[in-house]
Amino acid sequence: MNPIKNIEQELIDEFALFGNDWEAKYNYIIELGKELPSIPEEYKKDNYLIKGCQSRVWLKADKTNDTMQYYADSDALIPKGIIALLLKLVNHQKSKDILEYDFSIIDQIGLTQHLTPTRANGLVNMIKQIKQYAQN
Amino acid sequence: MSPVPDIRKQFPFITQQSDKIYFDNAATTQKPYAVLESIQNYYTRINANIHRGVHHWSILATEHYEAARKTVAQFIHAQDPSEIIFTSGTTHSINLLADCLSNTYFQQNDEIILSVLDHHSNILPWQNRANKFGYQLKYAHINAQYQIDTEHLKSLITRKTKLIAIAHVSNTLGSINDVKSIIDYAHQHNIPVLLDAAQSIAHFPINVQELNADFLAFSGHKMYAPTGIGVLYASKKFHHWLQPLSSGGGTIVDVDLYKAEFAEIPLRLEAGTPHIEGVIGLKHAIDFIYQNGGINQFYLWEEELRKHLYSNLTELQDDIDIYTDAHTPSVPVISFNIKNNHPYDTGTLLNNFGIAVRTGHHCTQPLMKHLKIPGTVRISLAVYNTLEEIDRFIIALKKTIKMLK
Repeated sequence: MNPIKNIEQELIDEFALFGNDWEAKYNYIIELGKELPSIPEEYKKDNYLIKGCQSRVWLKADKTNDTMQYYADSDALIPKGIIALLLKLVNHQKSKDILEYDFSIIDQIGLTQHLTPTRANGLVNMIKQIKQYAQN
Repeated sequence: MSPVPDIRKQFPFITQQSDKIYFDNAATTQKPYAVLESIQNYYTRINANIHRGVHHWSILATEHYEAARKTVAQFIHAQDPSEIIFTSGTTHSINLLADCLSNTYFQQNDEIILSVLDHHSNILPWQNRANKFGYQLKYAHINAQYQIDTEHLKSLITRKTKLIAIAHVSNTLGSINDVKSIIDYAHQHNIPVLLDAAQSIAHFPINVQELNADFLAFSGHKMYAPTGIGVLYASKKFHHWLQPLSSGGGTIVDVDLYKAEFAEIPLRLEAGTPHIEGVIGLKHAIDFIYQNGGINQFYLWEEELRKHLYSNLTELQDDIDIYTDAHTPSVPVISFNIKNNHPYDTGTLLNNFGIAVRTGHHCTQPLMKHLKIPGTVRISLAVYNTLEEIDRFIIALKKTIKMLK
């Protein structure tokens, strides 16, 4: 069993409490964004930038003994909250588990329906980049 | 109250989704029944190719197409319908002009003056030809009222200046530029002027003869007409410059295997089967404006909306930055940002409140760099919007500000 699935289930249970209350859902995401520590300015460079987002999202990763540690930041709160949510799933996980994981959580927590296509595309690119780092 | 009480009822998009608020009219407007029905009617009763056939329907379609040209000419007070060239939109109009002028008028090292608030559609066509053929671009700054700085623009003129191409109205800020004095000054130096009227055409009367505009470009879809139809107005005195790079069916008088004799303007520039339904839709959009009191009535109502929006926004000035001021002549378009917040967050939350606004750089990245901001949240209104919708928006904005604090 992929250990990421356990974290996924916890998050799904947490989001289930919000029901159809989109404001509560977004307040939670915004809070996650605020809690995620900023990355040093030296990492806010184009080579860490994720393309396809209206706001800027930077993602950096370290791999030690096949275990991934990601660092992310954004100049907007909601994208920062979304990437913080993704990092809850993938940080300290083995690269092969990350590569296997399908990120179906996005549909399951009912986030896609509230995301504009531009942002949805950004989200797709965030996931792609997370996997890219795990692959390298 | 709106001067046209039934105006909302004429827009099915609006009446069928009145729980939501559409404030992205500078991107595109909704279409009234009159326009939708004209398209249906065209395909039901008239559809045939124009300018070619001798049969009943081809003649009828040609009559409708050319009647639309007359209506457009009257709407902007052109001297002659031949000054109206149908295109696919503002972007196409400007590219078409840039190609023609590169073909016949500009020479290496000639200078073209633009402004920093122009839409990419009025920057890239010139930048592209400038890089290819060696022209120089110069950019007028903006003043404290967020308009093109007329004095700065005048100071850029040299003996090499061959064209001034500027926005009539800023698509991002809504500010109306003092184009009359720019045109008058340019003409003293024999420099023709192109106005990008994409954001002015639906909001107040335009008289190309009074303005003395040489070229003017606009899109139908921002003035209640379908997408894919636009206009390049070209004053008759410059028709000799309009040599086409693209040609095809309908543009010729006589064709040999290796050369052709081309038709007069405007047909010379309308290669291939045109967007006939779009042209007819555009005519009916203009008729719709006339039938509802005329564009000046639209202006009066939109001005009331804009003032209501502006005064409500200024009450929130502790929390937001507004990129216009009380003295800026404007169309009903206002850009703002919640302080220390990215416009993306604001737009996302407003969307969840059922309010459609535009966020981002609005295809004006040079302006955003000039203002040193990543983008704005843009509210853009149209004649069918209401004071009550603005009040609902303000309530949602207050909640949004609270959520992002």
